[in-house]
Amino acid sequence: MVQNMTTLHINGEALEVDADPSTPILWALRDNLGMTGTKFGCGVAACGACTVLINGQPARSCVTPIAAAVGQKITTIEAGAGGRVGKALQAAWVARDVAQCGYCQSGQIMSAIGLLESNKRPSDADIDAAMAGNLCRCGTYERIRAAIHDAARALA
Amino acid sequence: MDLERIAQRLAGQSPLAPAAGKLHRRDFLKLSALAGGGLAVSWTALAAEEARPPAAKQTADPSAFVQINPDNTVEIRVNRLDFGQGALTALPMLLAEELDVDWSQVKASLAPAGEAYKDPVYGLQMTGGSSAVSHSWIQYREMGAATRAMLVAAAAEQWQVPVSTCTTGAGMVRSGAHKATYASLAGAAARQPVPQSVVLKSPADYKIIGKGHRRLDALDGATGKKSYGIDVRLPGMKVALVQRAPTFGGQVESFDAKRALAVKGVRDAFQVATDRGGSGVAVVADGYWPAKQARDLLQVKWRDDVGGRTNSDALLASYREAAKNPQATAISGDMRAAAGAVRRLGGEYQFPYLAHAPMEPLNATFELLPDRARVWAGSQFQTIDLGAVAQTLGLRPEQVGLITMPAGGGFGRRAVPTSDYLREGAAVAKAWRERQGAQAGPLKVVWSREDDIRGGYYRPAHLHLVDVALDAQGQVLAWDHVIVGQSLLKGTPFEAFLVKDGIDGTMTEGVAGSAYALPMRLRITHPEVPVPVLWWRSVGHTHTAFVMETMVDEIARAAGTDPVAWRLARFDAKKHARHIAALRLAVEKSGYGKPLPDGHAWGVAVHESFGSVVAYVVDASVVAGRPKLHRVTAGVHANRVVNPTAAEAQIQGAAIFGLAMTLPGFEITLQDGVVQQSQFTDYPPPRITDAPAVAVHFVPSSDPPTGLGEPGVPAIAPAIANAIAALTGKRLRKLPFDLPVA
Repeated sequence: MVQNMTTLHINGEALEVDADPSTPILWALRDNLGMTGTKFGCGVAACGACTVLINGQPARSCVTPIAAAVGQKITTIEAGAGGRVGKALQAAWVARDVAQCGYCQSGQIMSAIGLLESNKRPSDADIDAAMAGNLCRCGTYERIRAAIHDAARALA
Repeated sequence: MDLERIAQRLAGQSPLAPAAGKLHRRDFLKLSALAGGGLAVSWTALAAEEARPPAAKQTADPSAFVQINPDNTVEIRVNRLDFGQGALTALPMLLAEELDVDWSQVKASLAPAGEAYKDPVYGLQMTGGSSAVSHSWIQYREMGAATRAMLVAAAAEQWQVPVSTCTTGAGMVRSGAHKATYASLAGAAARQPVPQSVVLKSPADYKIIGKGHRRLDALDGATGKKSYGIDVRLPGMKVALVQRAPTFGGQVESFDAKRALAVKGVRDAFQVATDRGGSGVAVVADGYWPAKQARDLLQVKWRDDVGGRTNSDALLASYREAAKNPQATAISGDMRAAAGAVRRLGGEYQFPYLAHAPMEPLNATFELLPDRARVWAGSQFQTIDLGAVAQTLGLRPEQVGLITMPAGGGFGRRAVPTSDYLREGAAVAKAWRERQGAQAGPLKVVWSREDDIRGGYYRPAHLHLVDVALDAQGQVLAWDHVIVGQSLLKGTPFEAFLVKDGIDGTMTEGVAGSAYALPMRLRITHPEVPVPVLWWRSVGHTHTAFVMETMVDEIARAAGTDPVAWRLARFDAKKHARHIAALRLAVEKSGYGKPLPDGHAWGVAVHESFGSVVAYVVDASVVAGRPKLHRVTAGVHANRVVNPTAAEAQIQGAAIFGLAMTLPGFEITLQDGVVQQSQFTDYPPPRITDAPAVAVHFVPSSDPPTGLGEPGVPAIAPAIANAIAALTGKRLRKLPFDLPVA
């Protein structure tokens, strides 16, 4: 079997993935690397469950092929708390008991990291605009908003 | 098992609870010492224990509920699925309260399928009907109390002091100068006799129950460590997707998998039996992506002589026709008084099919060995699902292990009487093993989002026809009501109990049993439609509450009465005291009636389901053809609230879940048997931009807890409709709302 190796930089590590270059980052993470914290929800960038950071910007990993990620820095939920913003958000998420089923929350937190990295004191409207791509069927939106405000205050 | 009770409960009727007071006679507690000094406490159905042949007895205790570890931490097993509703935390709260341990000592996990884990009321291991806390209220507290009693007895014996001198707290027993941790007493406690009855704490002494506690898995959830069914990974595991027919029950005529098999990482493609007598083509690959790529390259020719051919437009027309001649009468009120009406209100209400669309797509993982099998699944119906998988695999139920995985939502879709996706998955795994022999490793069968939205098992479409006759004072002379919709339970094991005289109680609940004491006739028709249907969070109340609560609002306004006052006047002060309390609380906390900004209006609705009453007062407007909630106030009567943090979350989430029903595009339609929606793009649930603040207020109560997972859903959509009617003068009778964009 011909190998098809791609090197990805994930959470500060260079990792080799044997997958077709068209493979979305999501499936390279979950199936090739066993990093299941990033979730599959729709496969068409409509729900945000698969959100990771690429060079610090939130991106939908289900539609981003690994070929496009070569040389880019990918950050996943597993390393989300590695940074100051991620840590503050995860602490706020726990304190507010945001999650219900929890399945969308990895993606929610990654999108929130993207928001707070660029906007230190977001308004409700800023939060809604930044988080509108992340669906939650349990309806935890109100606590998501509150947790982002809490994290912003903790970081100030 | 008690199918009648299950059926009633799932349908949101009679809030059944087990009798309190003493340990159930058929059950007994079993304590066993753990290697290393811990203690495991099991709860075993005696009859089942005796019936089990000695050879089948297992050495590792398969029925433990609580384990006291050598480090004095306490592990509690939860005999439910947790899919967001919070059973993983609430049930351990009950046990830990009576065991008298500190909450920081507590860990929890979901129990696998097992005899001991059957619901004490249902006699079946399952999660549904908003029953986890109410059905475990006695059992989990009694297990905690009995375990504590044995630890105390062991300490008293060791110290040679009377039991009455011993006190407990934070996982320690004390008497005078003596003190010992539960862990150090575990071995001796295991030799103590099991108390035949226990005295439960007085609520005044509660340290855990009634205090807000975060989910026990909150940190794992926020760090990506929480593992769901779809995250199961086993050595040598492959992933399968199934290409199902475009119509329900459709069958493969022929298929060509040449291009599919050429995709790197694809292992096999073969025909399999699917739900409802259909067939499809399974693709097995190293991972989801190659399996999906390959599935898209399959060339399948479908038989054109089988499979449903439903058209939504034609279905509506046929329902209108059916409403003219209803099949059966559920309530046979006298309608003659209608002749004296000076005014008629009402009309035709339409409700579409709805998919559950939980965030985690359906999946199950199978490991097949020659004489046994294991399944990992986020199952709401462990006992039924395990039986279905065993039957599909040609095994006996005791040869199959089912590991309950946390699920990313469900809303009813993981509680399927036919076990559709588990039977299909087992069939794929079996075929894979037959084709590969011992080489075949474990197989995870995954649904794509498109599979989920198109996969059927919808909340049925309904048509209601309501004709209300009013006298000159606006009093109701006659209420003539017809409902047309598929039966949920026909053809399931529950049919015998809830389908009576041809009437499925899950369709009439909420109209039948209305708290408004109306002179009503209710007639129904259950058409046969080749579209699989299923309960959807709050079941029949999803449509009946909408009709009832918008109609009474309309009647109140027609009579020139405030809709809140109208309701309060109709409720019986004694029988509906909880309705009154919940509605009053919501009204009082909301500021109902105060002036609102231009273009906003107040809307109110109140409805009982699953033993609880939820009232909503909303401040709403319409923005670009879309209902907009600005503020929601909930008044909830769910008796004693065990975990206020989670209870609040359930109502907040249910309000968003119910809001979905009103939003443009949130409907499943069919053309020539083919479902027209397939994604969150064309079946769009609410987003954060739709989400208001929901202030939740509970009526204080010391009565045994009632449901919380579902009761928050029914009343939100009618409250919004009532606000929009107040705003526009136009009554909305079709869901989702069809509002002008201008």
